[in-house]
Amino acid sequence: MFFRNKAAVAGLFLLLGVILMTFLGPYFYDEDPKDIVARPLKGPGTEDVPGLGTDYLGRDVLAGVVNGGLTSLRVAAIAAALIVMIGVTIGAVSGFYGGVIDNALMRFTEVFQVLPALLFAMVVVALFGPSPWKVSIAIGLVLWPQLARLTRAEFLRLKNMEFVKAAQAIGSSDLRIIMRVILPNALPPLIVATTLVMGGAILLEAGLAFLGLGDANEVSWGLMIGQNRTNFITSWWTVTFPGLAIFVTVLSFSLIGDGLQDAFNPKLRGR
Amino acid sequence: MKRFAIRMLWSIGLVLAVIFLNFSLIHLAPGDPATVIAGESGAGDPAVIEQIRADYGLDRSFVAQLASYVVRVAQGDLGDSFFFNQSVVSLIWARLWPTILLVATALIFAIVVGVLVGIFTARRPESRLSHSATILALAGYSMPVFWTGLMLVILFASVFKVLPISGMRDVQFDGGMLASWVDVGEHLILPAFTLGFLFLAQYSRLARASMLEVLQSDFVRTARSKGLSERVVVYKHALRNAVIPVVTVAGLQFGTMLSGAILVETVFNWPGLGRLAFDAVLRRDAPVLLGVLLVSTLLVIVVNLLTDVVYRLIDPRIRVGGAAT
Repeated sequence: MFFRNKAAVAGLFLLLGVILMTFLGPYFYDEDPKDIVARPLKGPGTEDVPGLGTDYLGRDVLAGVVNGGLTSLRVAAIAAALIVMIGVTIGAVSGFYGGVIDNALMRFTEVFQVLPALLFAMVVVALFGPSPWKVSIAIGLVLWPQLARLTRAEFLRLKNMEFVKAAQAIGSSDLRIIMRVILPNALPPLIVATTLVMGGAILLEAGLAFLGLGDANEVSWGLMIGQNRTNFITSWWTVTFPGLAIFVTVLSFSLIGDGLQDAFNPKLRGR
Repeated sequence: MKRFAIRMLWSIGLVLAVIFLNFSLIHLAPGDPATVIAGESGAGDPAVIEQIRADYGLDRSFVAQLASYVVRVAQGDLGDSFFFNQSVVSLIWARLWPTILLVATALIFAIVVGVLVGIFTARRPESRLSHSATILALAGYSMPVFWTGLMLVILFASVFKVLPISGMRDVQFDGGMLASWVDVGEHLILPAFTLGFLFLAQYSRLARASMLEVLQSDFVRTARSKGLSERVVVYKHALRNAVIPVVTVAGLQFGTMLSGAILVETVFNWPGLGRLAFDAVLRRDAPVLLGVLLVSTLLVIVVNLLTDVVYRLIDPRIRVGGAAT
């Protein structure tokens, strides 16, 4: 059913393309993005200038695009893993046990939910330093509440069902019930949410890099855009192509997430 | 009424929790808290560090410091910025209104256009315009907002030179009051559009989904069978149902909008809180950053409360307390 949704399949191909470019690209186009290869700010098509032009230092824009994906994807993947771990755990415990625990955990979640995402990540990185790990952690700290709420909602919905009562009747431990009985059934919306969260994490990482808060030693798309901000009006290629890369990557995640949602939930498809 | 009072109380608790978080961040950050507070500008001078230590009472116990911090915040003292040489509160106050103007305009734009697009795509779901609208909206959400802004700047700086692309006012402005408003308005168009475009996707899809649901409900069928024109049915009766979830979600996403505003303000040189945060980050100016964080979070909490109230007001099902349709 997922494969019938053309947009979703397109998203899958896009993502595949991005991943291929990120991991195989550097082998086929092995210019070092940090090397100065030509005069600065020369557009694509000018002679002596590589594919997509040069940036403000004379570095190869195409090399930057090809290599920049790794940083962004890595940070986003780690952040997404954190988000899922924290969010699902808190949501599951909250939804399963209810009562005081639920109340307390939801209050705790609300504190993180009211913090504006980028701003809080900026503060964390500004105070604690911009290493890639810290950026991932900052992003993780900011985006987990959505997943927690969703997990909690699913658990609330599922915990009173027959098969859960059956598991309890045969004496399964709470942990077993949560992990082996309820969680697998709660997966579909969680998977959808995770794809969307990945997209969000990439955007957040790009935003931080753009503002100069990413890891300055690694090439990343957001950083490229941020660094070339002073001359971009006349040198449009320095910001257009990295931004296009971010856009395509996030779009692929959005399309896939959409397709998954459609596939899992036929009721929502508008007639 | 009682519910509202409880929500208010909890919101105050939330604010306190955020203040506590703020305070903890200063102390959890690597390095001496005094150096963190001094930032790049003040950290070199030992006299300044000593002054900070005395002012903030950094030699006392954690709880004592926390208590005095809460008291200071309650009195409206958020510390001083060494780089700007002003109190944090005055800095924030100056930049608050441009940001609110920007975000409010973007919100209204996104809601109005989003709902209209949603209605249109709900009524003609298979038309090519509908598909294009969906894709365009999805694109808006997937584009990094600062990139969208930059692309628009390139467009309006090089190709269509009709709109200003930077700042909130013309530098050499000297007209009257009305002309001043027009000037600000002109400068507002691009940044507000950029910010709103980000949320257009979501709102149009939400409006579309709820429209689709409503258009199949009983009361709509009744209205149609009464012979009312389609237009009346849609705009007078079903519209409300489309708008409610959009407004609710928009209110709850105010925090995300503020985040987007940071990037948009940086790109368009809009003199708001976002720009202030960016400048503060460059200088590692902790008091300003934390002040902006606190004020922004406060705004989010207030807007959440307001959204709750508005939601209860415009959705009569909640007001009456009965079951839906």
